[in-house]
Amino acid sequence: MSVKLLYFAWVREKAGRAEEIIDLPRQVETVADLIGWMGTRGEQFRSAFERPDVIRVAIDQRHVKHDAKVAGAREIAFFPPVTGG
Amino acid sequence: MIRVQREDFDIGREVAALTGGRTDIGAVVTFTGTVREGSGEERIASMTLEHYPGMTEAELARIEAEANARWPLAASLVIHRYGTLLPGENIVLVVTASAHRQAAFEAASFLMDYLKTSAPFWKKEVLAGDEEGRWVAAKADDDAAASRWFQHQA
Repeated sequence: MSVKLLYFAWVREKAGRAEEIIDLPRQVETVADLIGWMGTRGEQFRSAFERPDVIRVAIDQRHVKHDAKVAGAREIAFFPPVTGG
Repeated sequence: MIRVQREDFDIGREVAALTGGRTDIGAVVTFTGTVREGSGEERIASMTLEHYPGMTEAELARIEAEANARWPLAASLVIHRYGTLLPGENIVLVVTASAHRQAAFEAASFLMDYLKTSAPFWKKEVLAGDEEGRWVAAKADDDAAASRWFQHQA
């Protein structure tokens, strides 16, 4: 499954990229699985994803919880808790 | 109506555009968020707002729709800026208009509380005399402020 991944704020800085298109491994079913897998993609990603509890996720531009399924997602974004306003 | 923009906004002009020619409005509430220079010893040189183009607009539209579902608003407007801002500059504008003041006050407060915890913006501050910026941490107070609007739901 090919999906666009986006990174914002310090997740973007630590990951060293703003976006990429990637094929997700078959065993990644939920957002929690995905965050766990992201941390295995090298040193920069390990650093960006070392604390899953502070990573927020949006699928197709909607906030989702870590137990959400990723099947069918076109765009998945990772970011810290928001601080606008 | 929602707008996400780099440019500043003129509050008077925005209110006039939103309510001009309307005779069904009895109350207009505006909230403007601005860049604070700092607290205590620390002084901020600038603040840069990053956002998620596409989702920001979608999320603000969802927040505005929720406010309109909860209160009888005659008109509403949310403008949020992004990019690098200096102390004293405007960040966000919320305008709510209704026949009576209570709906306008409450809806404006709801919009800001909800926006702060769900609109995908991130602030990075650069302190005076320091080149390296730091990301602003989310506040538990903001989560508490947003959650109070949902406490009375079944």
